[in-house]
Amino acid sequence: MSETDGAVGPEEVRHVADLARVGLNEDELDRFADQLSDVLAYFEALDDVPEVDAEPELTNVLRADEERDCLDREAALSNAPEREDGYFRGPRVS
Amino acid sequence: MSELGAFITREELSGAGSGPLAGRTVAVKDNISTEGVATTCGSRMLERYVPPYDATVVERLREAGATVVGKTNMDEFGMGTTTETSAFGPTRNPVDRERVPGGSSGGSAAAVAAGEADLALGSDTGGSIRCPAAFCGVVGIKPTYGLVSRYGLVAYANSLEQIGPLARSVEDAAELLDVLAGPDERDATTRFDSREGGHPAAGADYAAAADGDVEGTTVGVVTDLVEGADERVIETFHDALEGLESQGAELVEVSLPSLETAVQAYYVIAMSEASSNLARFDGVRYGPEGGDGDWNEAFAEVREKGFGDEVKRRILLGTFALSAGYQEKYYEKAQDARAWVKQDFDSALEEADVLASPTMPVLPFELGEGLEDPMRMYLADANTVPVNLANLPAISVPAGTADGLPVGLQLIGPAFGEEAIIRAASAVA
Repeated sequence: MSETDGAVGPEEVRHVADLARVGLNEDELDRFADQLSDVLAYFEALDDVPEVDAEPELTNVLRADEERDCLDREAALSNAPEREDGYFRGPRVS
Repeated sequence: MSELGAFITREELSGAGSGPLAGRTVAVKDNISTEGVATTCGSRMLERYVPPYDATVVERLREAGATVVGKTNMDEFGMGTTTETSAFGPTRNPVDRERVPGGSSGGSAAAVAAGEADLALGSDTGGSIRCPAAFCGVVGIKPTYGLVSRYGLVAYANSLEQIGPLARSVEDAAELLDVLAGPDERDATTRFDSREGGHPAAGADYAAAADGDVEGTTVGVVTDLVEGADERVIETFHDALEGLESQGAELVEVSLPSLETAVQAYYVIAMSEASSNLARFDGVRYGPEGGDGDWNEAFAEVREKGFGDEVKRRILLGTFALSAGYQEKYYEKAQDARAWVKQDFDSALEEADVLASPTMPVLPFELGEGLEDPMRMYLADANTVPVNLANLPAISVPAGTADGLPVGLQLIGPAFGEEAIIRAASAVA
Protein backbone atom coordinates (compact mmCIF):
# COMPACT_ATOMS: atom_id res chain seq x y z
CA MET A 1 0.00 0.00 0.00
CA SER A 2 1.27 3.43 -0.83
CA GLU A 3 1.68 5.77 2.12
CA THR A 4 0.42 8.73 0.13
CA ASP A 5 -2.88 7.84 -1.48
CA GLY A 6 -4.30 5.18 0.84
CA ALA A 7 -5.07 2.79 -2.05
CA VAL A 8 -5.60 -0.89 -1.22
CA GLY A 9 -5.97 -3.81 -3.65
CA PRO A 10 -8.02 -7.02 -3.46
CA GLU A 11 -5.13 -8.93 -1.83
CA GLU A 12 -4.94 -6.47 1.05
CA VAL A 13 -8.70 -6.63 1.49
CA ARG A 14 -8.39 -10.43 1.64
CA HIS A 15 -5.69 -10.16 4.33
CA VAL A 16 -7.81 -7.82 6.48
CA ALA A 17 -10.91 -9.99 5.93
CA ASP A 18 -8.91 -13.01 7.16
CA LEU A 19 -7.85 -11.10 10.27
CA ALA A 20 -11.50 -10.14 10.90
CA ARG A 21 -12.82 -13.64 10.03
CA VAL A 22 -15.21 -12.34 7.38
CA GLY A 23 -15.66 -14.47 4.27
CA LEU A 24 -15.74 -12.49 0.98
CA ASN A 25 -16.21 -13.58 -2.64
CA GLU A 26 -14.15 -12.27 -5.59
CA ASP A 27 -16.68 -9.59 -6.53
CA GLU A 28 -16.75 -8.28 -2.99
CA LEU A 29 -12.94 -8.16 -2.83
CA ASP A 30 -12.82 -5.87 -5.87
CA ARG A 31 -15.73 -3.70 -4.81
CA PHE A 32 -14.50 -3.31 -1.23
CA ALA A 33 -10.96 -2.55 -2.46
CA ASP A 34 -12.30 0.45 -4.39
CA GLN A 35 -14.56 1.66 -1.57
CA LEU A 36 -11.95 1.16 1.17
CA SER A 37 -9.38 3.04 -0.92
CA ASP A 38 -11.72 6.03 -1.13
CA VAL A 39 -12.31 6.05 2.62
CA LEU A 40 -8.62 5.53 3.50
CA ALA A 41 -7.64 8.38 1.17
CA TYR A 42 -10.12 10.56 3.05
CA PHE A 43 -8.55 9.51 6.40
CA GLU A 44 -5.18 10.88 5.17
CA ALA A 45 -6.20 14.31 6.50
CA LEU A 46 -5.58 12.99 10.03
CA ASP A 47 -1.83 13.25 9.31
CA ASP A 48 -2.10 17.01 9.82
CA VAL A 49 -3.79 16.89 13.23
CA PRO A 50 -1.64 18.53 15.93
CA GLU A 51 -0.68 16.56 19.02
CA VAL A 52 -3.01 17.41 21.87
CA ASP A 53 -2.32 17.07 25.57
CA ALA A 54 -5.48 15.63 27.01
CA GLU A 55 -5.86 14.77 30.65
CA PRO A 56 -8.95 12.65 31.04
CA GLU A 57 -10.54 12.62 34.48
CA LEU A 58 -10.51 9.05 35.62
CA THR A 59 -12.24 7.66 38.67
CA ASN A 60 -11.99 4.16 40.05
CA VAL A 61 -15.53 2.76 40.10
CA LEU A 62 -14.79 -0.90 40.71
CA ARG A 63 -17.34 -2.55 42.95
CA ALA A 64 -16.53 -4.81 45.86
CA ASP A 65 -15.72 -8.32 44.68
CA GLU A 66 -18.77 -10.00 46.15
CA GLU A 67 -20.82 -12.91 44.93
CA ARG A 68 -24.12 -11.94 43.31
CA ASP A 69 -26.82 -13.42 41.11
CA CYS A 70 -26.15 -13.72 37.41
CA LEU A 71 -27.89 -15.29 34.40
CA ASP A 72 -28.65 -18.93 34.99
CA ARG A 73 -27.14 -21.50 32.66
CA GLU A 74 -30.36 -22.22 30.78
CA ALA A 75 -30.92 -18.54 30.00
CA ALA A 76 -27.31 -18.07 28.92
CA LEU A 77 -27.53 -21.03 26.54
CA SER A 78 -30.99 -20.19 25.23
CA ASN A 79 -29.79 -18.55 21.99
CA ALA A 80 -26.99 -20.97 21.13
CA PRO A 81 -27.36 -22.80 17.80
CA GLU A 82 -25.64 -25.85 19.32
CA ARG A 83 -25.08 -26.95 22.89
CA GLU A 84 -23.86 -30.05 24.67
CA ASP A 85 -24.03 -31.10 28.33
CA GLY A 86 -24.79 -27.57 29.50
CA TYR A 87 -22.02 -25.96 27.43
CA PHE A 88 -21.85 -23.99 24.19
CA ARG A 89 -20.68 -26.20 21.36
CA GLY A 90 -18.29 -24.50 18.94
CA PRO A 91 -16.60 -25.57 15.70
CA ARG A 92 -13.50 -27.79 15.77
CA VAL A 93 -10.26 -25.97 16.48
CA SER A 94 -8.07 -27.77 13.95
CA MET B 1 -43.90 -4.46 9.31
CA SER B 2 -46.35 -1.58 9.06
CA GLU B 3 -46.81 0.35 5.85
CA LEU B 4 -43.97 2.67 6.84
CA GLY B 5 -41.79 -0.21 7.94
CA ALA B 6 -41.17 1.53 11.25
CA PHE B 7 -41.30 -1.67 13.33
CA ILE B 8 -39.40 -4.93 13.04
CA THR B 9 -41.41 -6.55 15.85
CA ARG B 10 -44.77 -5.45 17.18
CA GLU B 11 -45.26 -6.78 20.65
CA GLU B 12 -46.75 -5.08 23.65
CA LEU B 13 -44.95 -5.01 27.00
CA SER B 14 -47.12 -3.40 29.62
CA GLY B 15 -45.74 -1.15 32.30
CA ALA B 16 -46.53 -0.53 35.94
CA GLY B 17 -50.08 0.72 36.55
CA SER B 18 -48.99 4.20 37.50
CA GLY B 19 -46.00 6.48 37.07
CA PRO B 20 -44.91 9.56 35.14
CA LEU B 21 -45.34 7.79 31.79
CA ALA B 22 -48.59 5.95 32.59
CA GLY B 23 -50.79 5.69 29.51
CA ARG B 24 -47.95 6.55 27.11
CA THR B 25 -46.75 4.25 24.35
CA VAL B 26 -43.06 3.92 23.60
CA ALA B 27 -41.33 2.38 20.58
CA VAL B 28 -37.90 0.91 21.35
CA LYS B 29 -35.03 0.73 18.88
CA ASP B 30 -34.19 -2.86 18.05
CA ASN B 31 -30.64 -2.72 19.45
CA ILE B 32 -31.98 -2.24 23.00
CA SER B 33 -32.53 -5.53 24.82
CA THR B 34 -36.07 -6.60 25.74
CA GLU B 35 -36.44 -9.77 27.76
CA GLY B 36 -38.35 -12.40 25.79
CA VAL B 37 -38.80 -10.16 22.73
CA ALA B 38 -36.53 -10.51 19.68
CA THR B 39 -33.78 -7.88 19.45
CA THR B 40 -32.30 -8.06 15.95
CA CYS B 41 -30.21 -4.89 15.53
CA GLY B 42 -31.59 -4.88 11.98
CA SER B 43 -29.28 -7.81 11.19
CA ARG B 44 -29.67 -11.38 9.89
CA MET B 45 -27.01 -12.20 12.47
CA LEU B 46 -29.52 -11.67 15.29
CA GLU B 47 -32.71 -12.50 13.41
CA ARG B 48 -33.68 -15.12 16.01
CA TYR B 49 -31.94 -13.61 19.06
CA VAL B 50 -34.19 -13.25 22.11
CA PRO B 51 -32.46 -11.49 25.03
CA PRO B 52 -32.67 -13.18 28.43
CA TYR B 53 -32.75 -9.78 30.16
CA ASP B 54 -34.06 -6.20 29.84
CA ALA B 55 -31.86 -3.17 29.21
CA THR B 56 -31.83 -0.79 32.17
CA VAL B 57 -33.70 1.84 30.12
CA VAL B 58 -36.47 -0.68 29.37
CA GLU B 59 -36.81 -1.47 33.08
CA ARG B 60 -37.01 2.25 33.77
CA LEU B 61 -39.69 2.78 31.09
CA ARG B 62 -41.87 0.02 32.48
CA GLU B 63 -41.42 1.13 36.08
CA ALA B 64 -42.51 4.61 34.95
CA GLY B 65 -45.78 3.14 33.64
CA ALA B 66 -45.05 3.28 29.90
CA THR B 67 -46.23 0.58 27.51
CA VAL B 68 -43.65 -0.64 25.01
CA VAL B 69 -45.42 -1.17 21.66
CA GLY B 70 -42.66 -2.74 19.62
CA LYS B 71 -39.11 -2.78 18.36
CA THR B 72 -38.18 -0.33 15.64
CA ASN B 73 -36.27 -0.69 12.40
CA MET B 74 -32.73 0.60 12.18
CA ASP B 75 -29.60 0.53 10.07
CA GLU B 76 -27.83 -2.76 10.72
CA PHE B 77 -26.08 -2.48 14.11
CA GLY B 78 -26.64 1.30 13.91
CA MET B 79 -24.32 1.66 10.92
CA GLY B 80 -25.99 4.04 8.53
CA THR B 81 -27.66 7.39 8.00
CA THR B 82 -30.82 6.24 6.21
CA THR B 83 -32.19 3.02 7.86
CA GLU B 84 -31.69 1.37 4.44
CA THR B 85 -28.93 -0.99 5.62
CA SER B 86 -31.49 -2.90 7.72
CA ALA B 87 -31.69 -6.57 6.74
CA PHE B 88 -35.48 -6.23 7.03
CA GLY B 89 -35.97 -3.54 4.39
CA PRO B 90 -36.10 0.24 4.59
CA THR B 91 -38.39 2.47 6.65
CA ARG B 92 -40.22 5.23 4.78
CA ASN B 93 -40.31 8.84 5.88
CA PRO B 94 -43.89 9.67 6.97
CA VAL B 95 -43.50 13.20 5.59
CA ASP B 96 -42.59 11.92 2.10
CA ARG B 97 -42.74 8.19 1.55
CA GLU B 98 -40.26 8.25 -1.31
CA ARG B 99 -37.61 9.54 1.06
CA VAL B 100 -35.59 7.98 3.87
CA PRO B 101 -36.40 8.75 7.52
CA GLY B 102 -32.71 9.21 8.33
CA GLY B 103 -30.81 6.83 10.51
CA SER B 104 -29.83 4.85 12.19
CA SER B 105 -32.87 5.21 14.54
CA GLY B 106 -35.14 5.72 11.51
CA GLY B 107 -37.90 3.40 12.72
CA SER B 108 -38.15 5.19 16.05
CA ALA B 109 -38.38 8.64 14.45
CA ALA B 110 -40.90 7.48 11.83
CA ALA B 111 -43.07 5.76 14.47
CA VAL B 112 -43.23 8.95 16.54
CA ALA B 113 -43.76 11.24 13.53
CA ALA B 114 -46.61 9.06 12.23
CA GLY B 115 -48.28 8.76 15.64
CA GLU B 116 -47.63 4.99 15.85
CA ALA B 117 -46.08 5.64 19.28
CA ASP B 118 -46.15 8.64 21.62
CA LEU B 119 -42.46 8.42 22.37
CA ALA B 120 -39.44 6.39 21.28
CA LEU B 121 -35.97 5.33 22.32
CA GLY B 122 -33.09 5.64 19.90
CA SER B 123 -29.34 5.34 20.25
CA ASP B 124 -26.85 7.90 18.99
CA THR B 125 -23.26 6.97 18.17
CA GLY B 126 -22.62 9.72 15.61
CA GLY B 127 -26.03 11.30 15.09
CA SER B 128 -28.38 8.32 14.98
CA ILE B 129 -31.05 10.02 17.11
CA ARG B 130 -30.64 13.57 15.81
CA CYS B 131 -30.47 12.75 12.08
CA PRO B 132 -33.79 10.85 11.91
CA ALA B 133 -35.40 13.40 14.25
CA ALA B 134 -34.39 16.13 11.78
CA PHE B 135 -35.49 14.19 8.67
CA CYS B 136 -38.89 13.22 10.16
CA GLY B 137 -39.64 16.57 11.80
CA VAL B 138 -39.56 15.41 15.44
CA VAL B 139 -37.41 16.13 18.51
CA GLY B 140 -34.43 13.95 19.47
CA ILE B 141 -31.93 14.25 22.31
CA LYS B 142 -28.44 12.78 22.43
CA PRO B 143 -27.55 12.96 26.15
CA THR B 144 -24.10 13.67 27.59
CA TYR B 145 -21.98 10.52 27.71
CA GLY B 146 -22.66 8.91 31.09
CA LEU B 147 -26.12 10.40 31.70
CA VAL B 148 -28.05 7.30 30.59
CA SER B 149 -27.15 3.65 31.18
CA ARG B 150 -26.01 1.65 28.16
CA TYR B 151 -26.58 -1.68 29.92
CA GLY B 152 -28.47 -3.87 27.46
CA LEU B 153 -27.63 -1.71 24.42
CA VAL B 154 -25.95 -3.94 21.84
CA ALA B 155 -22.58 -2.23 21.49
CA TYR B 156 -21.36 -0.65 18.26
CA ALA B 157 -18.85 1.98 19.50
CA ASN B 158 -18.98 2.15 23.28
CA SER B 159 -16.94 5.32 23.77
CA LEU B 160 -19.35 7.35 21.62
CA GLU B 161 -22.88 6.07 22.07
CA GLN B 162 -25.80 7.02 24.28
CA ILE B 163 -29.46 6.00 24.40
CA GLY B 164 -31.85 8.94 24.18
CA PRO B 165 -35.48 10.03 23.62
CA LEU B 166 -37.47 10.94 20.50
CA ALA B 167 -40.83 12.71 20.77
CA ARG B 168 -43.15 15.12 18.97
CA SER B 169 -42.46 17.97 21.39
CA VAL B 170 -39.43 19.17 23.36
CA GLU B 171 -41.36 18.79 26.61
CA ASP B 172 -42.29 15.16 25.86
CA ALA B 173 -38.68 14.33 24.98
CA ALA B 174 -37.49 15.99 28.19
CA GLU B 175 -40.08 14.10 30.25
CA LEU B 176 -38.80 10.82 28.82
CA LEU B 177 -35.21 11.87 29.54
CA ASP B 178 -36.20 12.41 33.18
CA VAL B 179 -37.13 8.72 33.31
CA LEU B 180 -34.06 7.43 31.44
CA ALA B 181 -31.29 9.44 33.15
CA GLY B 182 -29.56 8.18 36.25
CA PRO B 183 -26.80 5.99 37.61
CA ASP B 184 -26.67 2.26 37.01
CA GLU B 185 -24.22 0.00 38.76
CA ARG B 186 -24.18 -2.19 35.64
CA ASP B 187 -22.71 0.63 33.50
CA ALA B 188 -19.58 2.08 35.09
CA THR B 189 -19.70 5.16 32.84
CA THR B 190 -22.84 6.30 34.70
CA ARG B 191 -20.98 6.25 38.03
CA PHE B 192 -20.07 9.58 39.58
CA ASP B 193 -19.13 8.43 43.06
CA SER B 194 -16.52 11.12 43.66
CA ARG B 195 -18.57 13.97 42.21
CA GLU B 196 -20.28 16.27 44.64
CA GLY B 197 -24.01 15.67 44.43
CA GLY B 198 -23.51 12.27 42.78
CA HIS B 199 -24.97 11.55 39.33
CA PRO B 200 -25.69 14.71 37.29
CA ALA B 201 -29.35 13.71 36.83
CA ALA B 202 -29.91 13.90 40.59
CA GLY B 203 -31.82 17.10 41.19
CA ALA B 204 -32.29 17.81 37.48
CA ASP B 205 -35.80 18.36 36.11
CA TYR B 206 -35.56 18.24 32.35
CA ALA B 207 -39.28 18.61 31.66
CA ALA B 208 -39.41 21.77 33.77
CA ALA B 209 -36.57 23.22 31.71
CA ALA B 210 -38.82 23.30 28.62
CA ASP B 211 -40.13 26.73 29.60
CA GLY B 212 -39.23 28.59 26.40
CA ASP B 213 -37.26 31.26 28.24
CA VAL B 214 -34.24 32.28 26.16
CA GLU B 215 -34.03 35.88 27.36
CA GLY B 216 -30.30 36.58 27.76
CA THR B 217 -29.16 33.20 26.42
CA THR B 218 -26.09 33.41 24.19
CA VAL B 219 -26.35 31.16 21.14
CA GLY B 220 -23.07 30.48 19.34
CA VAL B 221 -23.55 29.75 15.66
CA VAL B 222 -20.90 27.24 14.57
CA THR B 223 -19.98 28.75 11.21
CA ASP B 224 -17.92 25.70 10.15
CA LEU B 225 -21.11 23.59 10.26
CA VAL B 226 -23.24 26.06 8.31
CA GLU B 227 -21.00 26.90 5.37
CA GLY B 228 -21.15 23.61 3.49
CA ALA B 229 -24.89 23.02 3.97
CA ASP B 230 -27.64 23.04 1.33
CA GLU B 231 -28.87 26.61 0.81
CA ARG B 232 -32.47 25.69 1.58
CA VAL B 233 -31.31 24.21 4.88
CA ILE B 234 -29.30 27.34 5.70
CA GLU B 235 -32.28 29.60 5.01
CA THR B 236 -34.59 27.64 7.32
CA PHE B 237 -31.83 27.49 9.95
CA HIS B 238 -31.43 31.29 9.92
CA ASP B 239 -35.19 31.83 10.18
CA ALA B 240 -35.22 29.70 13.32
CA LEU B 241 -32.29 31.64 14.79
CA GLU B 242 -34.07 34.91 14.12
CA GLY B 243 -37.00 33.51 16.05
CA LEU B 244 -34.72 32.93 19.05
CA GLU B 245 -33.21 36.38 18.69
CA SER B 246 -36.66 37.99 18.70
CA GLN B 247 -37.29 36.28 22.06
CA GLY B 248 -34.22 37.84 23.64
CA ALA B 249 -31.42 35.43 22.76
CA GLU B 250 -28.10 36.89 21.69
CA LEU B 251 -26.41 35.40 18.60
CA VAL B 252 -22.63 35.20 18.26
CA GLU B 253 -20.48 33.38 15.72
CA VAL B 254 -17.94 30.76 16.75
CA SER B 255 -15.50 28.73 14.67
CA LEU B 256 -13.88 25.42 15.63
CA PRO B 257 -10.84 24.60 13.43
CA SER B 258 -10.73 21.02 14.73
CA LEU B 259 -14.02 20.23 12.99
CA GLU B 260 -12.09 19.86 9.74
CA THR B 261 -10.97 16.36 10.76
CA ALA B 262 -13.89 15.40 12.99
CA VAL B 263 -15.61 13.11 10.48
CA GLN B 264 -12.36 11.26 9.78
CA ALA B 265 -11.66 10.89 13.50
CA TYR B 266 -15.19 9.73 14.17
CA TYR B 267 -15.14 7.02 11.52
CA VAL B 268 -11.69 5.72 12.49
CA ILE B 269 -12.75 5.45 16.15
CA ALA B 270 -16.24 4.09 15.49
CA MET B 271 -15.01 1.51 12.99
CA SER B 272 -12.13 0.44 15.23
CA GLU B 273 -14.45 -0.07 18.19
CA ALA B 274 -16.96 -1.84 15.93
CA SER B 275 -14.35 -4.26 14.62
CA SER B 276 -13.64 -5.30 18.21
CA ASN B 277 -17.24 -5.27 19.48
CA LEU B 278 -18.64 -7.27 16.58
CA ALA B 279 -16.01 -10.00 17.03
CA ARG B 280 -18.52 -11.61 19.42
CA PHE B 281 -20.77 -12.61 16.52
CA ASP B 282 -19.27 -16.00 15.72
CA GLY B 283 -22.32 -18.28 15.64
CA VAL B 284 -21.49 -20.01 18.93
CA ARG B 285 -23.53 -18.19 21.59
CA TYR B 286 -26.09 -16.74 19.18
CA GLY B 287 -26.51 -16.22 15.46
CA PRO B 288 -26.73 -18.56 12.49
CA GLU B 289 -24.97 -21.90 12.60
CA GLY B 290 -21.50 -22.14 11.01
CA GLY B 291 -20.41 -24.78 8.48
CA ASP B 292 -18.33 -27.92 8.97
CA GLY B 293 -14.93 -26.27 8.62
CA ASP B 294 -12.45 -25.51 11.40
CA TRP B 295 -13.12 -22.56 13.69
CA ASN B 296 -11.56 -19.97 11.37
CA GLU B 297 -13.60 -21.18 8.42
CA ALA B 298 -16.79 -21.59 10.45
CA PHE B 299 -16.57 -18.08 11.94
CA ALA B 300 -15.80 -16.50 8.54
CA GLU B 301 -18.80 -18.30 7.04
CA VAL B 302 -21.22 -17.22 9.78
CA ARG B 303 -20.03 -13.62 9.49
CA GLU B 304 -20.24 -13.67 5.69
CA LYS B 305 -23.86 -14.85 5.90
CA GLY B 306 -24.91 -12.80 8.90
CA PHE B 307 -23.52 -9.33 8.14
CA GLY B 308 -24.60 -6.93 5.39
CA ASP B 309 -22.26 -4.85 3.23
CA GLU B 310 -22.02 -1.73 5.40
CA VAL B 311 -21.22 -3.75 8.52
CA LYS B 312 -18.56 -5.70 6.61
CA ARG B 313 -17.04 -2.46 5.30
CA ARG B 314 -16.80 -0.98 8.79
CA ILE B 315 -15.35 -4.16 10.31
CA LEU B 316 -12.74 -4.32 7.54
CA LEU B 317 -11.80 -0.65 7.86
CA GLY B 318 -11.66 -0.87 11.64
CA THR B 319 -9.53 -4.00 11.52
CA PHE B 320 -7.24 -2.26 9.03
CA ALA B 321 -6.94 0.86 11.19
CA LEU B 322 -5.91 -1.26 14.18
CA SER B 323 -3.62 -3.66 12.30
CA ALA B 324 0.15 -3.79 12.72
CA GLY B 325 1.85 -0.77 11.19
CA TYR B 326 -1.30 1.35 10.85
CA GLN B 327 -2.48 1.90 14.40
CA GLU B 328 -0.31 4.97 14.90
CA LYS B 329 -1.29 6.46 11.56
CA TYR B 330 -5.04 6.07 12.01
CA TYR B 331 -6.24 5.18 15.49
CA GLU B 332 -3.82 7.27 17.51
CA LYS B 333 -4.15 10.30 15.25
CA ALA B 334 -7.92 9.98 15.53
CA GLN B 335 -7.61 10.10 19.32
CA ASP B 336 -5.61 13.33 19.00
CA ALA B 337 -8.25 14.73 16.67
CA ARG B 338 -10.92 13.78 19.22
CA ALA B 339 -9.10 15.56 22.06
CA TRP B 340 -8.72 18.61 19.81
CA VAL B 341 -12.47 18.67 19.12
CA LYS B 342 -13.15 18.49 22.88
CA GLN B 343 -10.82 21.43 23.53
CA ASP B 344 -12.44 23.50 20.79
CA PHE B 345 -15.93 22.85 22.16
CA ASP B 346 -14.79 23.78 25.67
CA SER B 347 -13.51 27.14 24.39
CA ALA B 348 -16.60 27.81 22.27
CA LEU B 349 -18.86 27.06 25.24
CA GLU B 350 -17.02 29.71 27.24
CA GLU B 351 -18.30 32.25 24.71
CA ALA B 352 -21.83 30.93 24.41
CA ASP B 353 -24.39 29.10 26.57
CA VAL B 354 -25.38 26.78 23.73
CA LEU B 355 -24.09 26.24 20.20
CA ALA B 356 -26.26 26.00 17.10
CA SER B 357 -25.99 24.39 13.66
CA PRO B 358 -28.27 22.71 11.17
CA THR B 359 -28.66 19.09 12.40
CA MET B 360 -28.15 17.74 8.89
CA PRO B 361 -26.46 19.71 6.11
CA VAL B 362 -28.89 18.21 3.58
CA LEU B 363 -32.60 17.53 3.11
CA PRO B 364 -33.81 13.90 3.47
CA PHE B 365 -32.38 11.66 0.74
CA GLU B 366 -34.59 9.82 -1.72
CA LEU B 367 -34.80 6.08 -1.07
CA GLY B 368 -31.83 4.31 -2.67
CA GLU B 369 -29.98 7.53 -3.41
CA GLY B 370 -26.80 6.88 -1.48
CA LEU B 371 -26.55 3.14 -0.89
CA GLU B 372 -23.68 2.58 -3.33
CA ASP B 373 -21.65 5.58 -2.22
CA PRO B 374 -20.48 5.11 1.38
CA MET B 375 -18.29 8.25 1.39
CA ARG B 376 -21.26 10.46 0.53
CA MET B 377 -23.22 9.02 3.45
CA TYR B 378 -20.32 9.48 5.87
CA LEU B 379 -19.99 13.16 4.92
CA ALA B 380 -23.69 13.73 5.68
CA ASP B 381 -22.82 13.11 9.36
CA ALA B 382 -20.48 16.14 9.52
CA ASN B 383 -22.66 18.18 11.90
CA THR B 384 -23.58 15.44 14.36
CA VAL B 385 -20.40 13.39 14.91
CA PRO B 386 -18.34 16.16 16.59
CA VAL B 387 -20.80 16.12 19.51
CA ASN B 388 -20.18 12.41 20.17
CA LEU B 389 -16.41 12.90 19.95
CA ALA B 390 -16.72 15.58 22.67
CA ASN B 391 -19.17 13.51 24.81
CA LEU B 392 -21.56 16.50 24.87
CA PRO B 393 -25.38 16.71 24.88
CA ALA B 394 -27.29 17.91 21.81
CA ILE B 395 -30.90 18.18 20.74
CA SER B 396 -32.44 18.31 17.28
CA VAL B 397 -35.64 20.35 17.12
CA PRO B 398 -37.78 21.06 14.03
CA ALA B 399 -36.70 24.42 12.57
CA GLY B 400 -39.30 24.55 9.81
CA THR B 401 -39.50 23.08 6.32
CA ALA B 402 -37.79 23.62 2.98
CA ASP B 403 -39.54 22.39 -0.19
CA GLY B 404 -42.02 20.72 2.15
CA LEU B 405 -39.30 18.68 3.88
CA PRO B 406 -38.33 18.99 7.56
CA VAL B 407 -35.15 20.80 8.60
CA GLY B 408 -33.65 20.24 12.04
CA LEU B 409 -31.89 22.77 14.26
CA GLN B 410 -29.17 21.28 16.44
CA LEU B 411 -28.39 22.85 19.81
CA ILE B 412 -25.26 21.67 21.65
CA GLY B 413 -24.61 22.26 25.36
CA PRO B 414 -21.82 21.82 27.88
CA ALA B 415 -21.39 18.41 29.54
CA PHE B 416 -24.54 17.63 31.56
CA GLY B 417 -26.08 20.89 30.36
CA GLU B 418 -29.21 19.13 29.10
CA GLU B 419 -31.44 21.71 30.75
CA ALA B 420 -29.83 24.55 28.77
CA ILE B 421 -30.39 22.88 25.38
CA ILE B 422 -33.92 21.79 26.31
CA ARG B 423 -34.76 25.36 27.38
CA ALA B 424 -33.40 26.88 24.17
CA ALA B 425 -35.04 24.21 21.99
CA SER B 426 -38.41 24.82 23.63
CA ALA B 427 -38.27 28.41 22.35
CA VAL B 428 -37.89 27.32 18.73
CA ALA B 429 -41.24 27.79 17.02
